[in-house]
Amino acid sequence: MKVLRMLGRSIRDAFKGVFRNFSLSIASISCITITLLIVGISMVLSYNAENVATLIKKDFSVVVFVENDATSEEVKNIKEQIENMDNVDSYIYETKQEVAEDMKESSAIFKVIIDSWDEDENPFTDTLSIKVKDLNKISETADELSNLNKVEFVKYGEGIVEQILVILDTVGNFLVGIVIALVLVTVFLVSNTIKLTIFSRRKEIEIMRLVGASNFNIKLPFIIEGLFLGVLGSILPIVLTIYGYNSLFNYMSLNEISPFLKLVNPSPFIYLISLILLGIGTIVGMFGSAGSVRKYLKI
Amino acid sequence: MELIKIENLEKKYKTGVTAIYDFDLKVKKGDFIFVIGASGSGKSTLIKMLYREEKPNKGSIVIGNINVANLKNRKVYKLRRKLGIVFQDFKLLPRLTVYENVAFALEILGLTNKEIRNKTIKALELVGLKNKVKSYPDQLSGGEQQRVAIARAIVNGPKLLLCDEPTGNLDPDTSWEIMKVLEEINNLGTTVIMATHDKEMVNRMQKRVIVIEEGRLKKDYEKGTYENESA
Repeated sequence: MKVLRMLGRSIRDAFKGVFRNFSLSIASISCITITLLIVGISMVLSYNAENVATLIKKDFSVVVFVENDATSEEVKNIKEQIENMDNVDSYIYETKQEVAEDMKESSAIFKVIIDSWDEDENPFTDTLSIKVKDLNKISETADELSNLNKVEFVKYGEGIVEQILVILDTVGNFLVGIVIALVLVTVFLVSNTIKLTIFSRRKEIEIMRLVGASNFNIKLPFIIEGLFLGVLGSILPIVLTIYGYNSLFNYMSLNEISPFLKLVNPSPFIYLISLILLGIGTIVGMFGSAGSVRKYLKI
Repeated sequence: MELIKIENLEKKYKTGVTAIYDFDLKVKKGDFIFVIGASGSGKSTLIKMLYREEKPNKGSIVIGNINVANLKNRKVYKLRRKLGIVFQDFKLLPRLTVYENVAFALEILGLTNKEIRNKTIKALELVGLKNKVKSYPDQLSGGEQQRVAIARAIVNGPKLLLCDEPTGNLDPDTSWEIMKVLEEINNLGTTVIMATHDKEMVNRMQKRVIVIEEGRLKKDYEKGTYENESA
């Protein structure tokens, strides 16, 4: 009972603290709001950039050209061996007749030329277009494929794939770095602002000590107050992130700019981001308060 | 019976200034003691060591059954809950009402609202401020503010009341009113130790007076006056 009473009073005092030091509370809340908004936007951007990178990576494939004179038995053999490879995710098989049909559809000139061929004059080859699981091992997989019996040659955009991979990874790491840096800036700014508000209340803490408040008695209301400030400060960033992202997502899905520029589906992504923002707000608020009060306690 | 026993006390500040030397003192339960001495004589240091705001370098202070000199910082609250402290500058919280300022000292103990209400009203009655419960400190005169501070100090029924120049900021008439309140509290059984500069008051009260000079206990009069020291 006694503990509950004291907790109840701490919550009441925390409320009073927010309102009786209104201008300072507003300073802390707006600091949390602004920094969390920036953190929220950067998280949304970097996660989407990662997503675009993944889409680009998924689009890479290795194309295997089977020798023109391979029998259907030999092709079947190749397929089996490909299926057994570790790094192969999926593949699409096209016979040389299908390739020829594709070519005819792509241009009228090709159609005239190809139509002039006899059935066994078709110079194309059966092709297998393979998606790999791990793009970093694409060259090893390509080597393995080119060593298969009756495979004429293998193409996978050698040289370019490696460069694009490096670029995507660099951009990805850079964005993650920015998000981490922004979170650190948030922690620093918010805890400094809270430090100022508590500095102005050091007399209150001194008096609490003089009348016999234990360190815990003193800290508890300030920690709860920090939690309130964190929650209040996270509301606006969360609302803006959810609303803004949903609008952007709707706009982007109506106007497709590029097949790769697809935004991540808002649900549950944006709610997860909101939860992270709320978490950062409350944790920084609470620990910022606790840490600042500690300075004025004799421990 | 002794409430306070001070033995061989020494306090040296980090700046190298020694504020208190070989200081011994015994205080009986129910005593009223004036601590007098020039500015910088060590009066305040002595009072601060009694509520363990300062820690002595040597010697012992025992109040009731608490060894104050050895008390750890995080345990200081246990001592503070057993004594009341009154300051020259009142140390009231400006954003709390009179009632809240006094009740504050009880809330941290986790008492029920009813207990808090009864004790707070009783303490404010004792200092004659029952009709000002809803006022804020800046709406009160200096004397009234000090009475609120006294109510806060005694609301928990402490055995010991420490006063560090409680009338230093007040005019003579108001000081005398405060003195009367303190005397009444003393009559109810609380031991009072008061550091002061106020000659006239010390002379009028005819209580035990201890004189500190350059950090040493110079004299201890059973029914002293300030005049003795004016030379």
